[in-house]
Amino acid sequence: MPIVALDPGYAEKIDVRDREENFHGNIVVYIHWEDHLSFCAAMAFPLPPDMPFGALLQEIIPTYYGMHPDFPRIDWPAVRWTIDGREVTPDPAASLRDHGVHHKSLIRFRTPGLTGFRGSGS
Amino acid sequence: MNAIGKLGLKQRYALLTRGLDWEPSYQPRDKVFPYAAFEGIKVHDWSKWEDPFRLTMDAYWKFQAEKERKLYAVLDSFAQNNGQLGLTDARYVNAIKLFLTGVSPLEYQAHRGFAHTGRHLPGIGPRIAAQMQSLDELRHVQTQVHTISHYNKFFDGFHDWQHMHDRVWYLSVPKSFFDDARTGGPFEFMIAIGFSFEYVLTNLLFVPFMSGAAYNGDLATVTFGFSAQSDESRHMTLGIEVIKFLLEQDPDNLPIVQKWVDKWFWRGHRVLGLVAMMMDYMLPRKIMSWREAWDIYFTEAGGSLFEDLARYGLRPPRYADVATAEAEHISHQNWAIFYQYTHAAAFHTWLPSDEEMDWLSEKYPNTFDKYYRPRLEMWREMEKEGKRFYNNGLPQLCTTCQIPMGYTEPGDPGTICFRTSEFRGETYHFCSDGCKDIFDDEPEKFAQSWLPVHQIFQGNCGGASVEDVLRWYRMNLGADNMDQAGSPDQRQWDAWMEARRRVAG
Repeated sequence: MPIVALDPGYAEKIDVRDREENFHGNIVVYIHWEDHLSFCAAMAFPLPPDMPFGALLQEIIPTYYGMHPDFPRIDWPAVRWTIDGREVTPDPAASLRDHGVHHKSLIRFRTPGLTGFRGSGS
Repeated sequence: MNAIGKLGLKQRYALLTRGLDWEPSYQPRDKVFPYAAFEGIKVHDWSKWEDPFRLTMDAYWKFQAEKERKLYAVLDSFAQNNGQLGLTDARYVNAIKLFLTGVSPLEYQAHRGFAHTGRHLPGIGPRIAAQMQSLDELRHVQTQVHTISHYNKFFDGFHDWQHMHDRVWYLSVPKSFFDDARTGGPFEFMIAIGFSFEYVLTNLLFVPFMSGAAYNGDLATVTFGFSAQSDESRHMTLGIEVIKFLLEQDPDNLPIVQKWVDKWFWRGHRVLGLVAMMMDYMLPRKIMSWREAWDIYFTEAGGSLFEDLARYGLRPPRYADVATAEAEHISHQNWAIFYQYTHAAAFHTWLPSDEEMDWLSEKYPNTFDKYYRPRLEMWREMEKEGKRFYNNGLPQLCTTCQIPMGYTEPGDPGTICFRTSEFRGETYHFCSDGCKDIFDDEPEKFAQSWLPVHQIFQGNCGGASVEDVLRWYRMNLGADNMDQAGSPDQRQWDAWMEARRRVAG
């Protein structure tokens, strides 16, 4: 249904604020660690789409999640990943774009056997 | 003059309202009231409007003047007697910071919204009523600013509330709520604010803050609260009259009104999550839990309201059941957000004491010990190791309510609730079905959302580092933000209490 607006041309005049071209070459990528809700929400990052997936593993994730007591115990080869709901096995050398990550994609990872502080999901 | 004096209340009111209306002759009516038709609301007979102010109008001026005199007398005495020293604890002041920065600007927004609506409704009765409410709302923001200016002399975080309201990430939540209402048509505004906010949800906002103030020695806030409260009851009767009038005027209005009731209930519920965490975590002396307040003021009071409205075909708001289930979680989830992002907030946070945790266990037997106590205990261990937890990243925000996406799936408190929609080739994220539905109904409107995190990434908020952004917010780093422990507020308070003990011997 068309939007109800005073101006009949409203729908054509809007400025979509979060268009990819507004982010200076980056795309917004959201990352979320399942079963660790002491990180209250997924985190947002502006990233170059040709960044290798390995940079997420080597730099971003340790910087932002490394303070959790479960973090040193993560068995990285066993980690299960989804990108926008699709299960993927990441290739550290391939880029985010190669993995199908686009502007405002959500990457979720689950660490089998680790379910937060005292198994509470936190 | 004498003849006027002899008129009855109703006649005098009729002269003020109906007597001020006239049929325009230079311009057609639809040009005079250009916002009246586009929302699709049909009104056949404005004279059927029963004005809820009609019998109290005469007393209005006298009462308002009297209330102002009392209010400022109390404020003077509070200031002269250093009333801030009578508070239960320095932590309490953070609840008032949240009120001044988050709620008082909404009073001003309400003033503007009702002024606009009071110009654009074609019926003279509701036009006058909206104008009167506009004056009330202006008075409310003034009394709040005057009250809180006293706290600004002694505590941090109060100094730039207006500047912050338009910029700071969590204040975008109440701001976008009112911006959304004010950019709707006049009828949507009346349902959004007059009915859903003022009638259905206002008790959940005002009663907790004012009882919280009374329980915690804040006489100044109690006073502006009472001063506003008698206006609120009038605003509530306006809200209920609006919805009944629209539903009685034409059966075609029902689906439109229902859609607004659904939307504004959910939006109000999300904003009130701030009150939930204030009640459960921020008050040193608690009144009742958010869960209890929700049961009394929404489930019971709201339940009988919607039973009453069922005769017009109106049903209770969609997702009211989800909101009720969320009452077990929302305060804990919101406090977790602010605890880990308090380095970017203009108020302090802290971990609850053992006694407070036990109170929370008692009030939330189904959820607190299982999901939230372990989280707080983990953070307590980190604090003991000198690693107080601050989240280094920026959170994903919901496109509609603009709150960090920290809410969990209905029925599954272990999993974050993620919802998405596509619009013109872009993806949009939501914290709930309620927020997704609102977007899907008006994607053109919400695709323009000013989401603070994305605005930072786009380079529109003073710089790339967190410090740059906080300076752009005009936060005094190291004073307004961070944990309560070690804050200048807390040190000052401790020094006052120590001095008092010395004097008392």
